[in-house]
Amino acid sequence: MGFFLYSKNGQLILAVLAFLAVLAALLLLATAVDRVRGRKQTFLMAAVFGGPALLLLAVGLIYPAIRTMWMSFMDKRSDEFVGFDNYAYLFHDGLQALGNSLLWVVLVPLGSTVIGLVYSVLIDKSRFEKVAKSLLFLPMAISFVGAGIIWKFVYEYRGAAQDQIGLLNALITQLGFEPVRFLQDAPWNTVFLIVVMVWIQAGFAMVVLSAAIKAVPTDIIEAAKLDGANAWQLFTRITIPSIRPSLVVVLTTICIATLKVFDITQTMTGAEFKTQVLANEMYDWSFTYGDNGIGSAMAVVIFLLVVPVVIYNVRQMNKNKAVR
Amino acid sequence: MSTQTLTSVNPTKQTGSAAGSFKKLVGNRIGSAVALVIAVLWTVPTFGLFVSSFRPESEIKSSGWWSIFADPQFTLDNYQQVLQGSTSTNLAVFFQNSIVIAIPGTLAPLILAIMASYAFSVLEWKGRDIVFVAVFTLQIVPLQMALIPLLRIFSGTAIADMFPFLSLWTAHTIFGLPLAIFLLHNFMSEVPKDLIEAARIDGAGHVTVFLRVMLPLMLPAIASYAIFQFLWVWNDLLVGLTFSGGSRTVQPLTAALAAMTGDRGQDWHLLTAGAFISILLPLIVFFALQRFFVRGLLAGSVKG
Repeated sequence: MGFFLYSKNGQLILAVLAFLAVLAALLLLATAVDRVRGRKQTFLMAAVFGGPALLLLAVGLIYPAIRTMWMSFMDKRSDEFVGFDNYAYLFHDGLQALGNSLLWVVLVPLGSTVIGLVYSVLIDKSRFEKVAKSLLFLPMAISFVGAGIIWKFVYEYRGAAQDQIGLLNALITQLGFEPVRFLQDAPWNTVFLIVVMVWIQAGFAMVVLSAAIKAVPTDIIEAAKLDGANAWQLFTRITIPSIRPSLVVVLTTICIATLKVFDITQTMTGAEFKTQVLANEMYDWSFTYGDNGIGSAMAVVIFLLVVPVVIYNVRQMNKNKAVR
Repeated sequence: MSTQTLTSVNPTKQTGSAAGSFKKLVGNRIGSAVALVIAVLWTVPTFGLFVSSFRPESEIKSSGWWSIFADPQFTLDNYQQVLQGSTSTNLAVFFQNSIVIAIPGTLAPLILAIMASYAFSVLEWKGRDIVFVAVFTLQIVPLQMALIPLLRIFSGTAIADMFPFLSLWTAHTIFGLPLAIFLLHNFMSEVPKDLIEAARIDGAGHVTVFLRVMLPLMLPAIASYAIFQFLWVWNDLLVGLTFSGGSRTVQPLTAALAAMTGDRGQDWHLLTAGAFISILLPLIVFFALQRFFVRGLLAGSVKG
């Protein structure tokens, strides 16, 4: 018994077993419900199958989210009501984070989508398509922390007198220029961090857009050609409009992911040198400075920024359904 | 399944396709060159890290990794230090933590979501669609919104002291559920209703239909979500950092590595080896099961 309670592997096995026991109990319960007759049966069955997940979501996601909203109007220990003070902070001292986050949200989706689109078009039906796709897609499997370390190494800076061990500065000094402090010198350091996120997300854009491009019916293209459309017209008037739904999905999905990411600033600059972003500032206030008021306000602001993006996404999807 | 038709290649002439026109525009040579440049940009950073992790400490710190082409020097010392070295540089314990976190953190939301999606697709009950839309909407709630209150539910309780991983498992389960239910529901809705009706008429109960009809049909979908969730949990930093409270007993590899970049930012021999260990497992999973991963990705985003 000690093994299960006091060792990590033991607890792992115990957890899996306990979970399977719960599962077995649920299925037994469902078997009992199977014998119930009448209209009640479906409802009871739905409760057995869906109940556990819904309960967890209510306790672990809905309740905490409401509580966070409430906490954002309270002081740092959630004792006193402070109105909009926490939000006011954001528009004074938090402007740096807000501004940087907006830059991230514009540049990352654009950069990833353009690169993903161009690349998927260029490798389409080439002999190396599969391998080429894997290469661009590979960073998606890597954690933000891992990617942060990989790129920190690329950006590594040494004084001009030393040999550069970072790839970029080695190239720059080789060409006769002074080495650049990529991660320290604002405002460009934020752009160099954004490059890392683009590097991670481009693979996602590429996979989705590549599938969309392959689904464009060839007869439309043949017809346009017969009408004398040139290559540029074909691309901008046929291909792009045809894959527009996928483009919207890709842009919005990456946009949302970008708003929430804090790992890259955390790993690469520690959010110093004016690289602060909202998600990182939320972490700092809540867990480093212990101010749940401002931390919660930051979380709510992230949420409020996500909402319009999602609404836009859903409206676009409904529009497409209506067209079909 | 519609995703399969999306990914399959149309056997048409290159010039007739949507992509062909663009290629013609930029010219085949230039196009290939651009594609090659992108491919190189996307792989060289990782390759540099990989090569560096096998170079002696003094070499890493004094010359670029590309000097191996002129002067090849390799060692396993970095890995030895990271896997078996003194406590301050040893990452093996965190690797174990990540595994202990990731297995239940993948299994639990997966199984709960399969069951829930049965309730949302096969069973027909009043209010079903409204509840499903509500669950779908929960996807947009950022992790940050739920973090602190969820943490408080666990902090200081006896059960959390006894089972230090419980809060991490629960957090990953809850944060994974909305997407899991949405994805699996989409797949399950595609199973022909007749198939279920036939089984029901033959006298099969819901448990039988669920276990014998649905589960086998759902295996590809289950595989693609399992990969997603595993990669997500393994690569997560925010939950790992906040729910472990910085304790060595439960902290995942990502959190330990993030701390290392802060404390030992210049110890590139440790960082490169450590980072490579952390990305090794996801890369294996990814390459072995890429097919399922791509399918899940397309199902989650294109279908909407």
